[in-house]
Order: sequence, then structure tokens, then C-alpha cells
Amino acid sequence: MSEAAKEVQKKETTTTEKGEHTRARRLYTPAVDIIERKDDIVVIADMPGVDETAVDITLEKNELTIYGKVEPEVPEKHALHLTEYGIGDYKRTFTLNEEVDRNNIQATVKNGVLRIILPKGEALKTRKIAVRAEA
Amino acid sequence: MLWSDLERFGLSLDPWRDFERVNRALTSWNAPTSAEFPAVNVWVAENNAVVTSELPGVEPEDIDISVAGKTLTIRGSRKFEELKEGESFHRRERWHGQFTKTLEMPFSIESGKVEAIFVKGVLNIALPRAEAEKARKISVKSV
Repeated sequence: MSEAAKEVQKKETTTTEKGEHTRARRLYTPAVDIIERKDDIVVIADMPGVDETAVDITLEKNELTIYGKVEPEVPEKHALHLTEYGIGDYKRTFTLNEEVDRNNIQATVKNGVLRIILPKGEALKTRKIAVRAEA
Repeated sequence: MLWSDLERFGLSLDPWRDFERVNRALTSWNAPTSAEFPAVNVWVAENNAVVTSELPGVEPEDIDISVAGKTLTIRGSRKFEELKEGESFHRRERWHGQFTKTLEMPFSIESGKVEAIFVKGVLNIALPRAEAEKARKISVKSV
């Protein structure tokens, strides 16, 4: 379990290259699983504290950006006693090398986990080139 | 004269006092029971403590919270994303498996009144102080 523990520390990004956000909030890089299936690609991101209204997904050319906004919940009249994790927004950008069918992208959020299903474009699905050995 | 005697005069010259304070703060929370994961934040008021932890993707039924005296234990697990035929991972960064976290609170907890809410992947546990331990105001009568 010790190696799992090391991976779990939230990775805080340093200043983003493309310009900072106007809100002075912490920014974290969410841990992500990417699964390539036969007909689509599934991106699963851990974003605790985020629900479906707080997520922004944009696909520009071949870049997929996921952004989750988190409202920090501070119990009133309590003093902070121990902090093992910080609270902030989540952002991550991926460059897709596959042709994605943009009209059918689906995204769901459950219990702070974002699942994006990117169906592969028609062209890529059917194009299968048989490779033969050189005679 | 001991270093600590100087405190009587309002001087806190004891060089170990700060060290002990930090050491106590670190060890009482971290040793020997707590694991690295999951990370928790703890907020404390006079008669209540709030423990929050980020557990995305864990089903509320899979979280097991138990309280005994001053100790809070959070246990749970998250399933591994199974791959079917023909599927492959491009990346696998998310954790899965079982986790246990034990924490000691600064006061005894009223176990019957503990409330836990799990929303958006964040677990929020409210731990009220045990009734028997609440400070009682004692009035001073003058004769």
C-alpha cells in the first residue's frame, strides 16, 4: 500500500503556462485513467468536490481541457487543526491523437469522479489496413 | 535554577518548549496509527470537531466509519476499473484498493451523535464532544 500512498498526494501545478486564472485559487492536476476501448476512449478523472455544474470541458482542435471548480467549505467557528490536503480547482489538458467524433462526446460526474467518453470518429473505426509480410 | 523556573517570571526561555510543542503536534496525530492515505483535514471548535476527507469514486456503502472514545477510524475501498477484451490503458494514475485511517481527536466523542455526509466525493464527519466532558461553568459564590 505504500506505493499507492505516494501516488495519492495531490499534485499542485505551478503557474500555468497559458496564463493565470483571474481567481487566486489553488490549482491541482487531477489523477486520470485513460482507457482506449474498441470504439471510444474513456477519460476518468478524480475531482472530489466537483459536481456536474462545476465542470468545464473544452475540445479545441485536438486538445481536451478539463476544468473543475471547487468551492471550499469551511466550517464556521472552527479552527483548523490538521491539514493533509489543500482544496482548489482541478485542471488538466490532453492532446488527443485520435480523431474524435465531437458531436457525441458524453461526460458524467458521480461522487467527484468525472467520466468522459470520446467516441472515435468514423474514419478511424473502419480504416483497417492489413499488413502483409514482404514476400 | 532550572530553565523552566524562568517561566515564573514571565520569560519563556525554555528552548525545548517550542520543540516539544511541535513534536507533540506531529506525533500525536501521525503516530503510530494513521496511514498516509486518505488525506484528512480536521477542524476543531470547543464542542465539535469536523473531519473532511476526499474520497472520490468511493460508494457511500463502501465507507466504514467507527468511533471509540477519542479515536475515529475510517475504512473503505475503491474498486479497480476492470478492462475488458481489446481495451488498454493509456494512463493509470488513480488509486484503488483498501484504505484505513485512524485519528485521535482532542476530546472524547459522543458516538451517538456523530454525523457523516458524503457529497461530491468529499466525506464530511461531524463529531460532537462527549457530554460528560463538556466544560461546566462553575459559579463562584462570595461569602
